[in-house]
Amino acid sequence: MRNKVSTGSLFPYFIWIVLFVIAPIALIVYYSMLDLDGNFTLDNYKAFFTPVYLKMTLTSFWYAFLITFFTLLISYPTAFFLTKTKHKHLWLMLIIIPSWINLLLKTYAFIGIFGLYGPLNAVVKVFGFEPQQILFTDFSFIFVSVYIFIPFMIIPIFNALDKLNPTLIYAARDLGASSFTTFRRVVFPLTIAGVKSGIQTTFIPALSLFMITRLIAGNQVITLGTAIEQQFLVSQNWGMGSTIAVFLIIIMFISMLLTSQKSKGGRV
Amino acid sequence: MRKLTNTSKLYLTIVFVILYAPIFYLIFYSFNSGGTMHNFESFTLEHYRAVFEDSRLIIILINTVIVALLSGLIATILGTLGAIGIVSIKDSKMRNTLLSLNNILIVSPDVVIGASFLILFTMIGVKLGFASVLLSHIAFSVPIVVLMVLPKLLEMNTSLIDAAHDLGATRRDVLTRVILPYIQPGIFAGFFLALTYSLDDFAVTFFVTGNGFSTLSVEIYSMARAGISLTVNAISGIIFVVTVLIVIGYYFVTNRTKHAHETGAHE
Repeated sequence: MRNKVSTGSLFPYFIWIVLFVIAPIALIVYYSMLDLDGNFTLDNYKAFFTPVYLKMTLTSFWYAFLITFFTLLISYPTAFFLTKTKHKHLWLMLIIIPSWINLLLKTYAFIGIFGLYGPLNAVVKVFGFEPQQILFTDFSFIFVSVYIFIPFMIIPIFNALDKLNPTLIYAARDLGASSFTTFRRVVFPLTIAGVKSGIQTTFIPALSLFMITRLIAGNQVITLGTAIEQQFLVSQNWGMGSTIAVFLIIIMFISMLLTSQKSKGGRV
Repeated sequence: MRKLTNTSKLYLTIVFVILYAPIFYLIFYSFNSGGTMHNFESFTLEHYRAVFEDSRLIIILINTVIVALLSGLIATILGTLGAIGIVSIKDSKMRNTLLSLNNILIVSPDVVIGASFLILFTMIGVKLGFASVLLSHIAFSVPIVVLMVLPKLLEMNTSLIDAAHDLGATRRDVLTRVILPYIQPGIFAGFFLALTYSLDDFAVTFFVTGNGFSTLSVEIYSMARAGISLTVNAISGIIFVVTVLIVIGYYFVTNRTKHAHETGAHE
């Protein structure tokens, strides 16, 4: 009897999966093998393995790595200190609120802040330096991206730290571990799952960001995301765009495999 | 736990200042009559007036809200049904496959979702505009609803359903009187997240929106690409106030229900 309920309720969900999960991926793979005239070819893949695209892929990875690294560097201590505050859930709420302000608005703010006459350059001036264009540099791109991703990194780490049983820390301290050893051998290994999911929510989007590169980095920084947007909406070369997307999908599957370990022991 | 040291307090303060400074910076200059974001001349509300007088902008705002509410609602229904279906699958391999498929759209980069949906809609002949935007927002909100509802279903004691059956409840009764009330918090959380996903989305919408239709994110993008316009600042001021009000409202509602539950349990 229960099965009848479920097959009925699964039907629309199945349609959703076929139409919006399987079909889009299949279409991307199909289009990656078409040239501009719709003929079947592997030229797009050949083009992808030329130095131009490989260099772009590598720089995109490098930027994503830097963004993830700095986001983690800032977020871990923040989450750590947050769990020790008195009203920690209220403070966490205050961290989450900025993430609800539209991404575009926050990015837009930095056009003003980093501008030639913006507040940052005003500070630079006070110290006796010449104001300079901070916008359209690698620094501005990485800074804004880190700024955007910080809340998304803090949340999973905070949750992992929050679940940590404090008696484990007392035990480590009682057994003579210094606070650094306690952190390195007890706290960090036990919160690695939170770090992992934080990295996952930062790294893949960092590879594929395109509005920050357009608005903040001018056309200085080209990521995989910018390239896809360029091919699809500017050059109208869907084949090449799909080829780059195929590589992003492959990277995504690898990251899913790397982070799926933890769910194996669970109930699901 | 031990108290915070002064250095860690300072660290937290700096992080909070950095997180909020750009937002307040935007709002501060939304009152500037000077028209730039670096030279505050005098206080004015003209940019707010400009927002409300710009009928195009108002239409875009209404579009954004309609798309968010509709897609949130439909995604919640689809996702809840899907979660109920997934839980009842006995074969664990099948279940895990479905869950992995479910998670694909969550980890997919926005550009890939946008690009692939653009191909899909062009192929099956959905006109780019309201329909394509609504469909894609539903599509990327479904998996998050499933993930919010699923834990509630898993923690539910199955003897509740058996008991209902034994007491003569029909399938429909079991669903509406037993399962749905129990998983209600998960459904609300899913709906809420679907709303934020939709309101916040830029990349996917950017790909599948045609010429005639626009949401707030896409509009802000094109305004920002054109340069600084204090109308955008005024929009962010409005959005910030609305967000904070929603947060406060949400906080009170959840606190009250929690409170009610606790006192209910004591009685």
